Amino acid sequence: MIELSGVTKIYQMGGTEVRALGGVDLFIDKGEMTAIMGPSGSGKSTLLAILGCLDVPTSGAYSLDGINVEKMTDDQLARVRSEKIGFVFQQFNLLARTTALENVMLPLIYAGVGGRERRRRAQAALDMVGLSDRMHHRPNELSGGQQQRVAIARALANEPAILLADEPTGALDSKTGTEIIELFQQLHRDIGQTVIYVTHDPFIARHTQRIVRLADGLVAGDDPVAHPLAAGAKREDEIVTS
Amino acid sequence: MNIGESFRIALRALAANKLRAALTMLGIIIGVGSVVALMAIGNGATASITSQVQGIGSNLLTVMPGRLQRGPGAEADAAAYLYYSDYEVLARQLDNAEHMAPMFQSRLQATHDRESIGVGVVATLPAYLPARALELEHGRFFSESESGSQARVAVLGAQTATDLFGPRDPLGRAIKLDGVPFKVVGVLAARGSAGFTNDDEVVLVPLETGYAKLFGAAASLNGRRRVTGILISASSPEAVDGVMEDTRHLLRRARGLKPSAEADFTVLSQAQILDTLGAITTTLTIFLGAIAGISLLVGGIGIMNIMLVSVTERTKEVGLRKAVGAPRRAILAQFLVETLALSLTGGLLGIALGVLIAAGVTAAGLIAARVTLDSMALAFGFSAVVGLFFGLYPAWRASRLRPIDALRYE
Ligand SMILES: Nc1ncnc2c1ncn2[C@@H]1O[C@H](COP(=O)(O)OP(=O)(O)OP(=O)(O)O)[C@@H](O)[C@H]1O
Ligand SMILES: [Mg+2]
Repeated sequence: MIELSGVTKIYQMGGTEVRALGGVDLFIDKGEMTAIMGPSGSGKSTLLAILGCLDVPTSGAYSLDGINVEKMTDDQLARVRSEKIGFVFQQFNLLARTTALENVMLPLIYAGVGGRERRRRAQAALDMVGLSDRMHHRPNELSGGQQQRVAIARALANEPAILLADEPTGALDSKTGTEIIELFQQLHRDIGQTVIYVTHDPFIARHTQRIVRLADGLVAGDDPVAHPLAAGAKREDEIVTS
Repeated sequence: MNIGESFRIALRALAANKLRAALTMLGIIIGVGSVVALMAIGNGATASITSQVQGIGSNLLTVMPGRLQRGPGAEADAAAYLYYSDYEVLARQLDNAEHMAPMFQSRLQATHDRESIGVGVVATLPAYLPARALELEHGRFFSESESGSQARVAVLGAQTATDLFGPRDPLGRAIKLDGVPFKVVGVLAARGSAGFTNDDEVVLVPLETGYAKLFGAAASLNGRRRVTGILISASSPEAVDGVMEDTRHLLRRARGLKPSAEADFTVLSQAQILDTLGAITTTLTIFLGAIAGISLLVGGIGIMNIMLVSVTERTKEVGLRKAVGAPRRAILAQFLVETLALSLTGGLLGIALGVLIAAGVTAAGLIAARVTLDSMALAFGFSAVVGLFFGLYPAWRASRLRPIDALRYE
């Protein structure tokens, strides 16, 4: 359960202030699947970082499962990230010179998962994103899309309650993109996972139940999706409905 | 998260960045290795010089003409001479002197067959041998009567014997000193150079023979026979100071010096020579220490460079680790173990390198290098501190950033 009220994020750039978020109120329930859309620079990544406890608001309140996040210490936030959140970065952020498998095992190490179980779960996560044959490849030996899928596997490895993804299909062709969305839908359906992802693609966005639109750091629209698409639906649908 | 896990994380991170780890370690190895080696060489040089001087015998006093000036460019006053008569005064009146030998020293050309070398020739009396605590390798020393009869016999230093005769036995053979033929009757045991004089490169001849057959006019002034030095060995180490005082007193009186006049001769004890040499070796040690310090600095800068070059990457790594749930102490533990592993391994390899160089220098016969514990501790400590600081500081700073800021660090 995510509750933002009056959240702002202001960056100081020399003398000028950049208002990345200008007062966002947002409520996302447990188990919801939500897409965040909006033009470039509208604050989507900033919002997602705050939701993922990677950053704190300049002002406003963020309560996650009833606990106020902005009051937490650094280590408490780390614990929240470890226990509840899986995050897929827009730039992947994989550890260089480290194999896909070891990258995926990283969150499990800090969650205190033992060696054997850690390996098993990391392999399962890589299997889910269709990379079981690339486990021992390093990021520079993987394509952009494969790196993105490693990043997704890493976010999933810890079986987090909330999955946050910043343009998870950005570097993927429509077929693998659809496969990833299908995976998200499956997790959402089977284990009631909360999924929130940022996308520029209206077609991808319509695979969720709800689309939040940002513009200039404010929520400009928040609508349910009347008929969420099932992954694998034809893209032509998009033209008819939008 | 336990210690074992921190170890595994750190070792995995090191294994993933072998080149960076190797370069960092290289800085430490070079710094530590050169300090250990240089200080070993300095210590070896100091030890060998002092032991050689001590080998001469701590009871020995040397009387030299002129005044030994202090400070740079110190040299004996050329105008003042010592005479054989000064020796006679001392020989008659000095108490507690066990052995006493006058000597006249000059550099001459020694030849045998086709071999010809310039060598210090010392004309002296048999007491020279015990006074300087020298020993004979074989043969015999010349006698008092041989000096009286101006016999042309010579005793060779070990090196001089080899230079002139090679592996052959020089005993009973003839050499020429500035063309004058001499018969070799003895060879000294090797001792090594000892500060001012080298007992291995020398030819000893009877005093009277030297005056009559070798040195000619150069050895006398207005009919008085000159000596270039008088050796006195005190009967015991405790007697040295008294003998020194008496020698000064007797010589001042014999040479008719007014109480206010400065002495025109110098009496040096072995302790003073050791002091002088001590000053020289201290300079040497400081010099080597400075070089060692520079290599430590260079090594330190090397470590620093490698560490700083990777700060961006490491900051991002810290950001990522935090983003996936690492608490600060896990980050710090990882980096602590990483830098400790590098510093310790590098330090040990550096010590090994230093010891190896020292052993090489010793084996090459240059100097008996002595590796000391303090040099190892100093070098090791310094590079450990540098390594720890430059390894831990960026990680510590990055761990204070919010993950998103650390990930965005450029
Ligand atoms: N660290 C920062 N320092 C200064 N300004 C920042 C920083 N991060 C983001 N901004 C600014 O905040 C605004 C929102 O950025 P954000 O990355 O959230 O946009 P976005 O909606 O994710 O865009 P895109 O679709 O291109 O990824 C932008 O104007 C950006 O310039
Ligand atoms: Mg963005």
